[in-house]
Amino acid sequence: MPDIKITPLGAGQDVGRSCILLSMGGKNIMLDCGMHMGYNDERRFPDFTYIVPEGPITSQIDCVIISHFHLDHCGALPYMSEMIGYTGPIYMTHPTKAIAPILLEDMRKVVVERKGESNFFTSQMIKDCIKKVTAVTLHQSVMVDNELEIKAYYAGHVLGAAMFWIRVGSQSVVYTGDYNMTPDRHLGAAWIDKCRPDLLITESTYATTIRDSKRCRERDFLKKVHECVEKGGKVLIPVFALGRAQELCILLETYWERMNLKYPVYFALGLTEKANNYYKMFITWTNQKIRKTFVQRNMFDFKHIKPFDKTYIENPGAMVVFATPGMLHAGLSLNIFKKWAPYEQNMVIMPGFCVQGTVGHKILNGAKKVEFENRQVVEVKMAVEYMSFSAHADAKGIMQLIQYCEPKNVLLVHGEAQKMEFLKDKIEKEFKINCYMPANGETTIINTPTKVPVDVSLRLLKAEAVRYNALPPDPKRRRVVNGMLCVKDNRLSLLDIDEVCDEIGINRHVIRFTSTVRFDDTGSAVKTAEKLKALLAEKLEGWTITISEANISVESVLIKVEGEDNTKSIYVSWTNQDEDLGSYILGLLQSVVQGS
Amino acid sequence: MKLYCLSSDASKPCFVLSFRELLIMLDCGLSAHSVLNFLPLPPVPSTRLASLPNYTPPHVNDPLLEGELKECCGRVFVDSIPEFCPPLDKVVDFSQLDVILISNYTCMMALPFITEDTGFKGQVYATEPTLQIGRFYLEELAEWVSGAGGSGNAGAAKRWKEMLHVLPSPLALAARPRSWRRLFSPASVARALSRVRVVGYDERVDIYGALDATAVSSGFCLGSANWVLRSAREKVAYVSGSSTLTTHPRPINQAALRGADLLILAALTQTPAHNPDHMLGDLCVHATVTLRGGGCVLCPVYPSGVLYDLLECLSAHLDGAGLQHVPMYVVSPVADSSLAYSNILAEWVSVGKQAKVYLPEEPFPHAALARAGRLRHAKHLHDDAFSAEFRQPCVVFCGHPSLRFGAAVHLVELWANNPAHAIIFTEPDFPHTEALAPFQPLSMKAFHCPIDTSLNYSQASKLVRELRPKELALPDQYAPPPAHHQHTAPRAHITTEVPTVVVRRGAARTCGVRRRSARAHLPASLAAAAAARAAPAPTPATTARPSPAATPAPALRLAPLTASLALRDNRLDLLPPPPLPAAGTSTADAETARVHWGALDVESFVLALAREGITEARVEGDIVHLPRHDTLVQIERHATHVFCEGRADVRQALRRALAACLPHV
Ligand SMILES: [Zn+2]
Repeated sequence: MPDIKITPLGAGQDVGRSCILLSMGGKNIMLDCGMHMGYNDERRFPDFTYIVPEGPITSQIDCVIISHFHLDHCGALPYMSEMIGYTGPIYMTHPTKAIAPILLEDMRKVVVERKGESNFFTSQMIKDCIKKVTAVTLHQSVMVDNELEIKAYYAGHVLGAAMFWIRVGSQSVVYTGDYNMTPDRHLGAAWIDKCRPDLLITESTYATTIRDSKRCRERDFLKKVHECVEKGGKVLIPVFALGRAQELCILLETYWERMNLKYPVYFALGLTEKANNYYKMFITWTNQKIRKTFVQRNMFDFKHIKPFDKTYIENPGAMVVFATPGMLHAGLSLNIFKKWAPYEQNMVIMPGFCVQGTVGHKILNGAKKVEFENRQVVEVKMAVEYMSFSAHADAKGIMQLIQYCEPKNVLLVHGEAQKMEFLKDKIEKEFKINCYMPANGETTIINTPTKVPVDVSLRLLKAEAVRYNALPPDPKRRRVVNGMLCVKDNRLSLLDIDEVCDEIGINRHVIRFTSTVRFDDTGSAVKTAEKLKALLAEKLEGWTITISEANISVESVLIKVEGEDNTKSIYVSWTNQDEDLGSYILGLLQSVVQGS
Repeated sequence: MKLYCLSSDASKPCFVLSFRELLIMLDCGLSAHSVLNFLPLPPVPSTRLASLPNYTPPHVNDPLLEGELKECCGRVFVDSIPEFCPPLDKVVDFSQLDVILISNYTCMMALPFITEDTGFKGQVYATEPTLQIGRFYLEELAEWVSGAGGSGNAGAAKRWKEMLHVLPSPLALAARPRSWRRLFSPASVARALSRVRVVGYDERVDIYGALDATAVSSGFCLGSANWVLRSAREKVAYVSGSSTLTTHPRPINQAALRGADLLILAALTQTPAHNPDHMLGDLCVHATVTLRGGGCVLCPVYPSGVLYDLLECLSAHLDGAGLQHVPMYVVSPVADSSLAYSNILAEWVSVGKQAKVYLPEEPFPHAALARAGRLRHAKHLHDDAFSAEFRQPCVVFCGHPSLRFGAAVHLVELWANNPAHAIIFTEPDFPHTEALAPFQPLSMKAFHCPIDTSLNYSQASKLVRELRPKELALPDQYAPPPAHHQHTAPRAHITTEVPTVVVRRGAARTCGVRRRSARAHLPASLAAAAAARAAPAPTPATTARPSPAATPAPALRLAPLTASLALRDNRLDLLPPPPLPAAGTSTADAETARVHWGALDVESFVLALAREGITEARVEGDIVHLPRHDTLVQIERHATHVFCEGRADVRQALRRALAACLPHV
């Protein structure tokens, strides 16, 4: 089965619900199981009926891999495992396993308790789902079964985010999830080794952007916040509890300290402490600097940032509030937004991407009025700022990752079609490899040459190495072995022919052909031989051609020039196996003789 | 494959394995028994130790020996900075080492001796906890010993090493003191550790493309690992410092060790007669009794490892005994880091401890104990803040277990005369009576509760049986005593049916399988094409005459194959051979592929030629002459040589005729 099949059930030319089906070597793997935050109906979950219209799903999927705790990557997991009834293995990193249930529960509360939906998973279902998860560590090679192996690589992005390398037999795929290639204030940069997968499935959120330097964006952010509070305005920063929030907190904390500012900064109550505890426990997943200094000073103990209380919404005067969730689609951040939006001196800073359908998406697109379900209309007079702080790779980063891991094909997901198109072009031009971008429900089939393992006799390799090393190095020269392939119990080995004979106790019978060509050429035999060698080298590019005195050899073909007068005898001799090469060389020499 | 043993202390192992042209060092343990021959190095000046009388052997008058030896408590000690016994450096040239694999932090203390100023150019691999906690151990040692002016050999006592024969026991029995070395400087510790590359459990590390090395959990301490070395054909398992008991680290991964061609076993328990669980219970009882009597408890320990279990168990026990007001102190230059680090190594602890992290709570209780004020730590005894809050009775955990340096020296000096106090030995590295020798007579109580969770001999024997290696390599301490030593007392040893190689310090033994092949990959298309051509292998009986129908099909099938070699990052790929420029004009396809066997029968050859339309053959002895085609066929027993002119059609006819008469694939 040399094909690799990929079908996005989400994230195909779209952002907001990552779920990709991967089939190779008879294994079916689900990459992420995300939820779309912009929908309130069944469209928020991937279409699992695609996998199997009805009946049990477990037998159709060999494993589920979750890249990180963002809900657009894991939000549908309890639905799949508890409501559809998937009981197979689920893999994620330790921090993801620790944090994902908290975000899932948060989201569940918003959906069920605030919006009153009933057909949704319960708290218990989240717990049961997480119990089924196998936690993995970075670089650990995990055998899902005898043939399917997975391995996690550091992806930056958020605490515990991982890219996964997946192998079945000799085929391999890398799936990035979300990642970023530049370290930030609390996380390191994504890293992968030169694993040369057959296919790299990469996110492409910022496919066309080459973002300006991190430092500029940070300065810009701080300037805007400072200007707003100086004028007595309130700044709302909608964030997800874990991830960018911690980075922006570190940023503001250091700025407040340095500038000696007194304006209050708040972080949504409850989550702060818990979230920061996770960062402390999993400090090995943060960047070098934080890890080195944590014994003396914990970066996540903030002096200026205080827990927020709902009553503060009405407080007069300047303040900065970090509130969840990040896309203004529900919860505290939306409540605050409704109260503060109608006033010009206020500001909302969206530090990340917003999916279609969310309030965040609307105001970023310039909406001056936002209508809510209960016919409530909110006028947006506050300043709306967008700062791309979400840690995704930009075009440069994606190209860099391709360079790192040297895939044979690339497939783009988690981005917008138009931007993908641009990046696809760039990748195909720059790396000369195929790049795909299937839409949701569309299957891409990638042909990969399969390879079978074979044990090659050291005697054979050593003999070849001796021949090869006798010649001056030439990277273009092909290295050729000639042996006997032995097939036994489905195992292949390549042995030297004499080795095989010895092993099974028989004598080889060597057949050799020799023909003579007469050639009129002045000068010594060695001179003539050198001329012939030059001719052969030109015609037989990549073959190993050796010359010693007036003897030339190519594989088992020997060419010997004799005679010191003007007519030379050229003997061409080869063994039966090298008939093709021998007859080619003989023909070549004959044509030279006729031509001269 | 060759195995060298460089350490005489099986619990501080150091092996070098030559495997596939690589030199791989397995652990670099530092034997510290030698320090017991030296006088203690008090962190605070001690008048008692400073005023000890010189010792001179009877009838010896050697001015060079002056001041090197002191008499203390009826024994003779060397008055110098303590020295250690690093791995043997004469057998293997450290500059030639390719890789050092470290199993756990107790087996890496000699690292700077191997990697610094030796020309070492290789890689060092260890897990993250091994690196971090190993760093604490090394930094602590370096601060105590080197901090006392101990690095470099200026002023070292060495004359005594020439006169062992006239010295009293146990100094007279010191093993090879001339090879003892002073400790490295903190700077070389830092340099050595900067070479370490961190690996995770079950991470396959590629070693120069020749083999994979994988660290698998060994269940002994945080981050402790056994190493599995694997090439396409061979598997070597290095089992060092393993435990099948349930404590705080991740449990041992036995599955990964199964079916090795060679299993090397090291670092078993040093106290096989003591059950660690019972010892922990005893310790709690002795501590409670002592504290109730108003005395203090001193536990000379290393700054990590069993210490974490002691803190957890003892605090719980004291709670139960109504002694929750008793403070516990950890005194070590690295106490703060060690306690802090233990709580961030969530991925390395047992499932039970891991579950806490998900809450999120610290996996070990000592952070909570510290917040509650029951557990305090300090870098030094004389830190002002620490002295100010120091209360008795209390429990103090501090190093070093040898009682030759570190805060423990001062506390023993201080408390030795008070029978209310107690010292409880838990670390198994040093015999406690030897450790206490320079502090006699001792009034404080001394208890020996060694806690060594490494495999004991019967657990190890059982493990070997379950893992079924083809061959076992053991340090001589673990092997059955040789038969002719029957008069010596029987000692515990590994009993196994597996063929066993015994290694002792300085010795090299050949072991394991010899490699005959390398793993390569072949495109499935090429493999399929070859498989289609494959013919059953001939047996010697069938080679005389082709009669394939008569023999049952043998399992082995053969097909000649020519392929290009592509060698990249030490991965070997076989690709289709380079095409000839005149591709497509291949004359012979199936014929080309043939490899012939046996001998050519001249008569049937002539007949076969006739079938090809060549009827002019004249046989002259071993030569068949075809005058019209100007061709000569010279037939030998195992070879046929055809001298012909260039006509391809004639040659193909000849080839077909030959193929018809010779068995082939
Ligand atoms: Zn994400």
